Amino acid sequence: MMLLSVLLILLVLISLWAVMTPLLLRAAIGLAATSALLTMIMYQLGAPLAAVFELSVCAGLISVVFVSVVSLTHRLPLKEFMKRRQSRIKRFVFLPLLLVAALAIMLTIKLPFSLNLPAADKISDVRVMLWNIRRIDLFGQIMALLAGVYGVLILFQGRKTDGD
Amino acid sequence: MTFVLLLIEGFYCVTVTYNLFRILIGLEVLIKAVTLFVIAAGYLSGHLALAQSIVITIIVIEVVVVVVAAGIILGFFREFDSLNVKNARRMKG
Repeated sequence: MMLLSVLLILLVLISLWAVMTPLLLRAAIGLAATSALLTMIMYQLGAPLAAVFELSVCAGLISVVFVSVVSLTHRLPLKEFMKRRQSRIKRFVFLPLLLVAALAIMLTIKLPFSLNLPAADKISDVRVMLWNIRRIDLFGQIMALLAGVYGVLILFQGRKTDGD
Repeated sequence: MTFVLLLIEGFYCVTVTYNLFRILIGLEVLIKAVTLFVIAAGYLSGHLALAQSIVITIIVIEVVVVVVAAGIILGFFREFDSLNVKNARRMKG
């Protein structure tokens, strides 16, 4: 439980760093680290299959996409970068204060977390749940993936010139 | 509580920034918050298998959203040579 608490605190701090850091590449790396920490939390909570998906897809594939996007854009001139940085600091300075205030409020009012939970699931195997019970979801996922591929083909296709 | 803090971070980032890429980062943080919430709910209620299958669905949809959004961001950058969302006002329509 101690390890889980440390991981949860780290998750908040690293995601805060990812959101606040001025460089986009660092933000992408921070997001990958957030995903890795979320993976550890999932594993601690007994969800290894979802953890593997989170690590391979979110910390791997999505980070590659983010780094590719950053590499395909160019840097701002130093003067403009510093100017925008000052503006960003002014806008984002309230976020840590907001988080501390929200934490203080939640600790003060002590939300009722002792819910009347339903009975535990009879199906404990995630493979049975995914392939037998939620088969329709899989079709939905396949359709979403195909729609995504089609969208990417449309978006990444080169512009036609007069010679084409 | 952690999930509430992540939600605040994500909403704040999406609301305050003008950079399209950073909006996508904020959206990702929001999705992480929801993922954490679903897994924690499954753990507490004993429906961990259901929670894992839902998280896998979330991750698949997340990838599609991120890749398409990345394409939109690159198209925006090629058009305006900037990621500032204020430039969207100059678009037709």
